[in-house]
Amino acid sequence: MFGNYLPMKPKKVLILGSGALKIGEAGEFDYSGSQAIKALKEEGIQTVLINPNIATIQTSEGMADRIYFLPVTARFVEQVIIREQVDSIILGFGGQTALNCGLELEETGVLERLDVRVIGTQVEAIRNTEDRKLFVEKLNEIDVRTARAVACSSQEEAREAALNTIGLPVILRGAFSLGGKGSAIVSTREELEKVLPVAFSGSPQVLVEESLAGWKEIEYEVVRDGKGNCLTVCNMENIDPMGIHTGESIVVAPSQTLNNHEYHMLRELAIRTVRHLGIVGECNIQYALDPASDEYRVIEVNARLSRSSALASKATGYPLAYIAAKLALGYTLHELTNLITRRTSAFFEPALDYCVIKCPRWDLEKFTGAEVKIGPEMKSVGEVMSIGRSFTEALQKALRMVGLGVNGLEPEAFEFENLEYELQNPSPKRIFAVGKALESGMGVERIHELTGIDRWYLYEIDHMISLGRELKKHEEPDETLLRRLKKEGYSDLGIAKILGSTETDVRMLRHRWHIRPVLKQIDTLSAEFPAETNYLYLTYHGGETDVRSSWRKKVMVLGGGPYRIGSSVEFDWCCVNSVQAARELGYETVLVNCNPETVSTDTDTCDKLIFDEITFEAVSEIYDMEQPYGIVVSVGGQISNNLVLPLHQAGMRILGTSATDIDRAEDRHKFSSLLDELGIDQPKWTEMSRIEDLPKTIEELGGTPILVRPSYVLSGAAMTVAHDESHLVNFLNRAAEVSPDHPVVLTKFERNSKEIEIDAVADHGEVILWAISEHVENAGVHSGDATMVLPPQKLYLETVRRIKTIATKLAEKLQITGPFNMQFLAKSNSVKVIELNLRASRSFPFVSKVTGNNYIREATRRMLGVRDPLVNKALDLDYVGVKAAQFSFSRIKGADPTLGVEMASTGEVGCFGENFHEALLKSQLSTGFRYPRKGVLLSLGPVGDKYRFLEPARILAEMGLKLYATPGTADLMTEEGFDVIKVGKSRQPMEPMGLDIIDRGEVDFVVNISRDYDEEGRPDGYFIRRRAADLNIPLITNMQLAIAIVEAMSLYKEEDLPIRHWGDYVLSGQ
Amino acid sequence: MKLVLEDNSIWEGRSFGASTGFEGEVVFNTGMTGYVETLTDPSYKGQILVCTYPLQGNYGVPEPEKRDGLPWPFESDRIQVSGLIVTRHSERHSHHAAAKTLGQWLGEQGVPAIEDIDTRALTRLLREKGTMRGKILPDSDSQNRATNLPTIHMPEVVDLVSCKTVQHYKRGDIRIALVDCGMKRNILRSLLKRGLSVTVVPWDYDLASLYDEVDGYFISNGPGDPKDADVLVRNLRELLKRQKPVFGICLGHQLLALAAGADTYKLPYGHRSQNQPVQDLLTRRCYITSQNHGYAVDNTSLPHDWDTWFVNVNDETNEGIRSVSGPFASVQFHPEASPGPTDTAYLFDEFVRMIARSRFVNVR
Repeated sequence: MFGNYLPMKPKKVLILGSGALKIGEAGEFDYSGSQAIKALKEEGIQTVLINPNIATIQTSEGMADRIYFLPVTARFVEQVIIREQVDSIILGFGGQTALNCGLELEETGVLERLDVRVIGTQVEAIRNTEDRKLFVEKLNEIDVRTARAVACSSQEEAREAALNTIGLPVILRGAFSLGGKGSAIVSTREELEKVLPVAFSGSPQVLVEESLAGWKEIEYEVVRDGKGNCLTVCNMENIDPMGIHTGESIVVAPSQTLNNHEYHMLRELAIRTVRHLGIVGECNIQYALDPASDEYRVIEVNARLSRSSALASKATGYPLAYIAAKLALGYTLHELTNLITRRTSAFFEPALDYCVIKCPRWDLEKFTGAEVKIGPEMKSVGEVMSIGRSFTEALQKALRMVGLGVNGLEPEAFEFENLEYELQNPSPKRIFAVGKALESGMGVERIHELTGIDRWYLYEIDHMISLGRELKKHEEPDETLLRRLKKEGYSDLGIAKILGSTETDVRMLRHRWHIRPVLKQIDTLSAEFPAETNYLYLTYHGGETDVRSSWRKKVMVLGGGPYRIGSSVEFDWCCVNSVQAARELGYETVLVNCNPETVSTDTDTCDKLIFDEITFEAVSEIYDMEQPYGIVVSVGGQISNNLVLPLHQAGMRILGTSATDIDRAEDRHKFSSLLDELGIDQPKWTEMSRIEDLPKTIEELGGTPILVRPSYVLSGAAMTVAHDESHLVNFLNRAAEVSPDHPVVLTKFERNSKEIEIDAVADHGEVILWAISEHVENAGVHSGDATMVLPPQKLYLETVRRIKTIATKLAEKLQITGPFNMQFLAKSNSVKVIELNLRASRSFPFVSKVTGNNYIREATRRMLGVRDPLVNKALDLDYVGVKAAQFSFSRIKGADPTLGVEMASTGEVGCFGENFHEALLKSQLSTGFRYPRKGVLLSLGPVGDKYRFLEPARILAEMGLKLYATPGTADLMTEEGFDVIKVGKSRQPMEPMGLDIIDRGEVDFVVNISRDYDEEGRPDGYFIRRRAADLNIPLITNMQLAIAIVEAMSLYKEEDLPIRHWGDYVLSGQ
Repeated sequence: MKLVLEDNSIWEGRSFGASTGFEGEVVFNTGMTGYVETLTDPSYKGQILVCTYPLQGNYGVPEPEKRDGLPWPFESDRIQVSGLIVTRHSERHSHHAAAKTLGQWLGEQGVPAIEDIDTRALTRLLREKGTMRGKILPDSDSQNRATNLPTIHMPEVVDLVSCKTVQHYKRGDIRIALVDCGMKRNILRSLLKRGLSVTVVPWDYDLASLYDEVDGYFISNGPGDPKDADVLVRNLRELLKRQKPVFGICLGHQLLALAAGADTYKLPYGHRSQNQPVQDLLTRRCYITSQNHGYAVDNTSLPHDWDTWFVNVNDETNEGIRSVSGPFASVQFHPEASPGPTDTAYLFDEFVRMIARSRFVNVR
């Protein structure tokens, strides 16, 4: 295996992770990194991993030999290389973050100096794909066409190229950027002037490219070994044509509208290109294809594992990341085995006998001021994958999986004021506008003109919708019609809604006629060879199930569904650990999930992977087929938790805390009286069923701020804190239905109190593991956005004792078995309960890894009746863990980058330190913070905050930083003797303006605490915050956090931060 | 419509082609695109084709377009399969080149087709039991048992698809004879594209009689059991005694092997797909190939002066042979692709090189 390409076997390999989840870099890299680690370990190679993302599987026990929860930046990586004496580094498994870091290490000569070899695709090849000019040159050498484009390094050059060399419309793209950041389609001069500065802010080089809007967008996933054997694993077609980022498009695999000639022409080009570039491992190539001829353009090549490759792995069953890692070691493709069939070799191209659809999940509604449009930049935060044997079956499944509260492509799901506008201007809901347009009789031709979506997809959708219309004519469908509806992907609930009956009625009808889904295998070879695969999906297009259920005792685990704000890779970690724990106990594990970016949907995680919907219909059908001992619903987050009652009522066994007790915690009334009964304090609350009652309700509670919890949640918007009435009205109108059937709960919220969480595991009412974490920010910041510290640093012992007592009481009363999480407000020593969740929470991986007790493993064992004595390690930690949130504000144009109202972070990190300051700094550096070197812009809202920040400001000045402040803050600081430059806010023209000094690069740290709102309803300081986010300048908007960071910086210089691995702190972390 | 198999299983679905009944050997293909090329491949003569990819007909059927002087992308002048079985076909297609729907085309050509069948289950059955005989019947036919099924053995099948007269295609100064055993047009196109002048001859043509007129022989693909085409095997045996290059594809490969003295056997369910991996044993290089065959050459039966050239990476069956002593070689897969990957198109260049070398040797 070790030939010319790789002269000797590596002994110790460093793997770079991608850090916190952010828009453009999500869970797919946990999957690819985990596979790489597995592939390397099999060869007896030692693995060292740097990744601050504490919620990932790759940073878990039993994965890499050494794990560093440190920032993936050149400085830290260099330190780790020195400490660990690694001989090789692998760059392709941690997204653009790892790739960029690797390029920097190579360019600065670090790799050469430390004698570290890059395995897999070499840096030169990476550079040839990343640098547009080199890329075009390389492809010209082999007669492969690229979009006409000019690489520009100044705004003037770009203007000339856009207006003259290429001619409008053009696309501007930043080189070296992830997820198409800084990309824009420009059709007018004015737009050009607006976009140019932004494009150059993110990248030193910008590409001005001919616009191929309307062309088909096609991707191929290619693997190549060190000896030049090369093949394409999968191709994918974007349903949305060029002009919409592939991460924003609904994508189908394999391509549906390409004939043999087109398919194989692009395939041959892919292989020619990848060979010429010298990729070793995996890469992705994107094309634009003219729908009216054979004309094509290569858009780009990603010389690394990507979101698309994770999708392709899941879509085909071909383990791309695992194979890529093996190829990096010098194996050739035919030497490796097809892990699905286990009989054939890895040198083959999967043949699919099903249709796969990927649909993005957006959360744009969560961002105040965000543009709800999609285009060449990525904004989606997650995705789902669905599998069916017809396009419409897969499409309707996908739309249900995304979690918008729809039952498929329901034409009436959303209101559109101007249908033609909606079709022409893509938004996350465009697919529903297509449905609506077809339903209202707008022809396929017209819709095709407006959307550019290929007619074939529109024909299929049209066919499906006409069947729905057919159903409307009936009171009850006949057997043939019902069968056809199911094949078109209609859910029981969707059919019931059309008929005005209930899901149960439809289900019974369906069962009477034996219209049941079957489980089909994903076997990579369309049944040509017998496969031992455990990778399955449900379809109504079949008469026969591929696999029989075994006689083993089974546990079914429900996954977390798509990543979205508030529910992300943490729940995947929980699912995987729960499955592993059940497996260890000898159970056969059946996992249901629909998110391709996960490790839980890796075929070797569980015994049976069912890649399908997490809905009552799918789960109950699977339950009938598999007859498990019970279902674990408490590790996948809210989606699976919501199924507890219906599943229980249908007679299925829920493992752990009983469904009725879960209901007692979830139902606001029941829970509140329970608290009263137990004498547990809770904030004042009331229920409102009519929005008109709002003023009265606010008065009752004694004014704002108020915590809002809708009982019926539309777009996934959960708990929120409103600071005034208008805010509250806004939120309620947008996010929740308010009616007597669906009242909202309003809770009095106290200012300046602390927020505390307890994560725990109980067994028959006895709390056996618990960890209390404290938020750095005062209450009011969403717990998902807050910075968490474990063990707590500032709590009174009495507070801790009270929290423990409350948790104990509630656990006993509700007879909790399994994981639970509680949130408290604390002021002085008074503690009030805000919420109890009888399921795993977002912070379970964090507390598990910091304490060294695996909470999920323990919870699962307890749910299955296994009791071992254990020590709660959280009680005595001599180090500190800090969890910090990662924001992706720069991706969401227009959104106000501030904390509070709704959860806005897209990911998180967790770092360790000997003390709070050290851990805090590492966590901040991992989420994009950089030590300021030039100047700081201060804008501190309330007077109290201004005074509170005087000491930190002194520290900043002592660090040699120039201080700038907005007028109010500047005046006060001057009075206090500071040397500070006064700058204008947007509303007060003066010289210099705050925005100007940001643009001029004079500040590299912004502290901006908002107080009130400007005339457009935007919180004060919006423009300064927004500009800081657009230009990637570290921005802190919370007083407590700002103080903590400045304090920490005064104690640690960046180079003084100790380089320690997990095991140095936590014993069980090796 | 329904499909009745020899194991008496009945597969009911909806008709979308011609409404006539038909019978044949039921085989499956796992290609995900390329139904126009596949259905017109004469190697499928007499077979009922099951497509494992569930969605067919998406891009319709184009009008033939002349490429290298031949109608494209059709591999012969008609649909060759006896019937088509799919999960779902597109009633409405979408492609700039499309002229009609798949259903219309099948109807025009009198070929029955059934949709709404669990083709994965059917494929698994064929994989487990081997290819079977089957009959496509209208629903009205009460026949629910597979009686009077035709024998799979069709000794005359090559004769049915081979051309009846000699055709000349004039290009450059290298002239070859292409033996049409049910040739896919893309073989001819591939040769013409490389500047060869090609004389297409019927399968039973006396090849030795052309010896002075041509620089080499190419034996095409075709349907059926190679052992039935014994006339051609005898003709090939004559050629192997001399020194002009002979190259075979698919059936041509099996016939060359028989002529060399090797043996062939029937595979349980054949290779019909566009993703078959093969390895060149000399260079160790691997390629993805398009294949369509039910018989294979027995590796162990090769005479001592013949080498195995390619093997199938999945099941290690023979994929190519090469003579040690003369310019004779053949491959089981389809370098002309259409449908399928074009990885091995270089073999046509290899054939041209064989001719160039042999001319050089012969002149000397």
